[in-house]
Amino acid sequence: MKTKYMNPYLAGVLLGLVLLSAFFFTGRGLGASGAVKSLVVTTVDVVAPEHTAESGYYSKYTGDGKSPMKSWLVFEVLGVLVGGFLSGALAGRLKLKVEHHPNITSKKRLILAGIGGVLFGYGSQLGRGCTSGSALTGMAVLSLAGFVTMMAIFGTAFALAYFFRRNWI
Amino acid sequence: MGPLIPQEIIAEGWNFFIAFVVGVGFGFVLEQAGFSSSRKLAGVFYGYDTVVLKVFFTAAVTAMLGLLYFSLFDWIDLNLVWVNPTFLWSAIIGGVIMGAGFIIGGYCPGTSVCALSIGKIDAMIFFGGIFIGIILFGETYAIIKPLYMAEYLGNIKLSDVLGISQGTLAFFVIIAALVMFYVAEIAEKNFPRKEY
Repeated sequence: MKTKYMNPYLAGVLLGLVLLSAFFFTGRGLGASGAVKSLVVTTVDVVAPEHTAESGYYSKYTGDGKSPMKSWLVFEVLGVLVGGFLSGALAGRLKLKVEHHPNITSKKRLILAGIGGVLFGYGSQLGRGCTSGSALTGMAVLSLAGFVTMMAIFGTAFALAYFFRRNWI
Repeated sequence: MGPLIPQEIIAEGWNFFIAFVVGVGFGFVLEQAGFSSSRKLAGVFYGYDTVVLKVFFTAAVTAMLGLLYFSLFDWIDLNLVWVNPTFLWSAIIGGVIMGAGFIIGGYCPGTSVCALSIGKIDAMIFFGGIFIGIILFGETYAIIKPLYMAEYLGNIKLSDVLGISQGTLAFFVIIAALVMFYVAEIAEKNFPRKEY
């Protein structure tokens, strides 16, 4: 079965309008990694509250009755989950599976996905946002950080593509 | 007029509801464009599928032009629109680490949420990886902090750095995007996609 996707330029315009409406309503753009950060801070705070209080990083988001889960990005990412599911349901793409190239096993694909996730998680905190929060939103407001992060992400991925080609082509 | 919530035209209480609705739109469009497939996402780095580049830059240009026109018509006060601050070294090195994560893992955080919502197990693992990566950052924060805070330039715009107007910069970004779209269309013709 061949799955049909939306024309990429049309999808880009629609995504741009979603981003623009976020700016128009709330004065801020999109994001994703920030919601996972809220999840991490909440988890660490439950498991080891004295540790969050001592940490220079976690303590920024806890204490003084602050609740990290009551954040804009947490609600936005819950929306992404619902929106993605709705689109997948309408297009007949809901399926539990590991997508991978025939060159590699699904086990290897999962290990690589995990490593990639760890790197992206770490990098998103160092870079103060990921592809959506820093690169896309940043570029839309012409922020220097947005352009720099965008070029660093895509430039590095292009530079390393050769070494990981067996996994994809 | 806008942004509506910071100016209290819409009550603050609506903020999370709007966040959710914006998120639904975000997730829906990402999935419709095919961003729920790591294979389509990684395709841009090998030229066989450049949907990432086309969607990303079309979206950036659309929102950028929208903001500039809204500002021109006094529909939005750009001073109230958040500009993410530039800490030069962490932006570069964070981006490099994220780029490595992208080509190895095949997703970025937003697309992994979109992909796991339709049942991609690799995306669920990637998402778990992000969680661990953020814990690692939290635990190494004391060591990495000098790099994290280095070369702070403020909430600066690229147009200020280059000494040109925002409109002029936008014009050059559009030209750059059009050139990239042209290259992308040629690449897709020359690097055929193997079906599997």
